[in-house]
Amino acid sequence: MSAVGRALYRHPTDLAVEGCLNAIADAGLTRDDIDGAAAFHIEGSAGVVEMIDTLGLKVDWFADLSIGPSQISAIFEAIMAVETGRARHVIVFHSSCEGTVRTTLGKGGSMPGSASATPERVSGMPEWWLPFGAPSAGNHIAMYAQRHMHLYGTTREQMAQIPIVQRRNAGLYDKSIYNTPLTMEDYLNARMITEPFCLFDCDIPIDFCTAIVISSTDATSGLRRPPLAVEATSHALKSRPSWDQFDDLSTMVLRDVGLDLWKHTDLTPGDVDVAGVYDGFTFITMAWLEALGFCGKGESGAFIEGGQRISLDGELPINTNGGQLSSGRMHGWGYLPEVCLQLWGDGGARQVPNGPEVGVVASGGGVFAGAMLVTRS
Amino acid sequence: MSTVPGPMRIPPLLTELNTDFWTGGLEGELRIQRCTHCATYHHPPTSVCRNCLRGGLTAQAVSGTATVMAFTINHHQWSPTATTEPYVIAIVELPEQDGLRITTNIVNCDVRDVHIDMPVRVVFEPLADVALPLFEPDR
Ligand SMILES: [Zn+2]
Repeated sequence: MSAVGRALYRHPTDLAVEGCLNAIADAGLTRDDIDGAAAFHIEGSAGVVEMIDTLGLKVDWFADLSIGPSQISAIFEAIMAVETGRARHVIVFHSSCEGTVRTTLGKGGSMPGSASATPERVSGMPEWWLPFGAPSAGNHIAMYAQRHMHLYGTTREQMAQIPIVQRRNAGLYDKSIYNTPLTMEDYLNARMITEPFCLFDCDIPIDFCTAIVISSTDATSGLRRPPLAVEATSHALKSRPSWDQFDDLSTMVLRDVGLDLWKHTDLTPGDVDVAGVYDGFTFITMAWLEALGFCGKGESGAFIEGGQRISLDGELPINTNGGQLSSGRMHGWGYLPEVCLQLWGDGGARQVPNGPEVGVVASGGGVFAGAMLVTRS
Repeated sequence: MSTVPGPMRIPPLLTELNTDFWTGGLEGELRIQRCTHCATYHHPPTSVCRNCLRGGLTAQAVSGTATVMAFTINHHQWSPTATTEPYVIAIVELPEQDGLRITTNIVNCDVRDVHIDMPVRVVFEPLADVALPLFEPDR
């Protein structure tokens, strides 16, 4: 990982160099060991070709990925590349200067959730919501949350446990953005953004680079850390990838990904010791908890009630570094590194007790989603 | 030109596919694309029927009534020229076909009166060269 901040005023390539070199060194490798590269490349981030040239890599395989399946598509592709023998050590990364762009362009100058300037005319998917004063994914997810509350009696006090518990975790993490404790009173008195979401239900744009080395199972001897195994990945998309045409407005396309994940493993939800679950907005985390089978449909409110179950010493610790709500919007790229640190026992003050062995990572969820299981091999 | 600021609204780029939907309101009609072969409605407009995979899709006027399926009261001011007053963003379902939905705003009522399952009907609001289909309570 590179430096992380609200607005670092650094070029995404510069952040990507720092992030990639840190990851390669952390793995106990050198530049010359890397024979593959993949990036999640969107507006405001560094592309893979640029980084191959900048770092002087000589690769047998590379891929520049967009948003499918989910923002961590590059990680899934890299796993398939090493599985099929195209490469031995793949550096995968995502950098972003979204924080700087949002800060520089000011309110209304850029689109929420991106490093893109506000267009004069809109086309593509946003055409169906930007004319209606709904520029944020939060507007859509809030509607899903409202419907969930209507159908299942879910409450804001239940939902509050996600930011409250994660803020406590962030207080134990040196790279968090917000680390002062958050109380139920703070949450209930906070400014509303789009009901039922207040300020604390929404993540925060930042600048960062996350980088990870994905290695072939026969290339792991001599690495600095014990290798972790990818047990399963899931990328299903079986319903309309659309905010308003999706068939069930109380869950999202993550439903199919959650179901599909368990078809690729003998493990069950009860085996998971630590979870990194997308939290761009609180309700998306709740929908993932249901989709991944940690609780039944409509039961996520009761599941997180009181917060104990999802705390560091609970039965399913989630987003142990504060997640995107407290440690910044990493576009889904913060979960895998944090789950790996937990499985290595390197979580420091925020380490999940009793040696976690199985972690789940779930990214995206609204109109595209992906998930994976990682284990201590 | 209204002097009262409304929500941040960015007009759509008109194309061959979407013009009927965005401009039907200029003639007082909510127009939804429909397959001439199997009669399936499609929104957003598309180039081939998702049901029978044939072309030949044309826009057709629908009743203009709908039901609120989900909504949010938006409070955040998304641009410096936008309203600071709360407004309702909603997903409404048209009676013409199960699951046929539009993201829109619910207008002409107190934001606190909007609820799931509320019957609504279309009203049009001009924006640049299009007419936005918004919905108001169907009393
Ligand atoms: Zn058809």
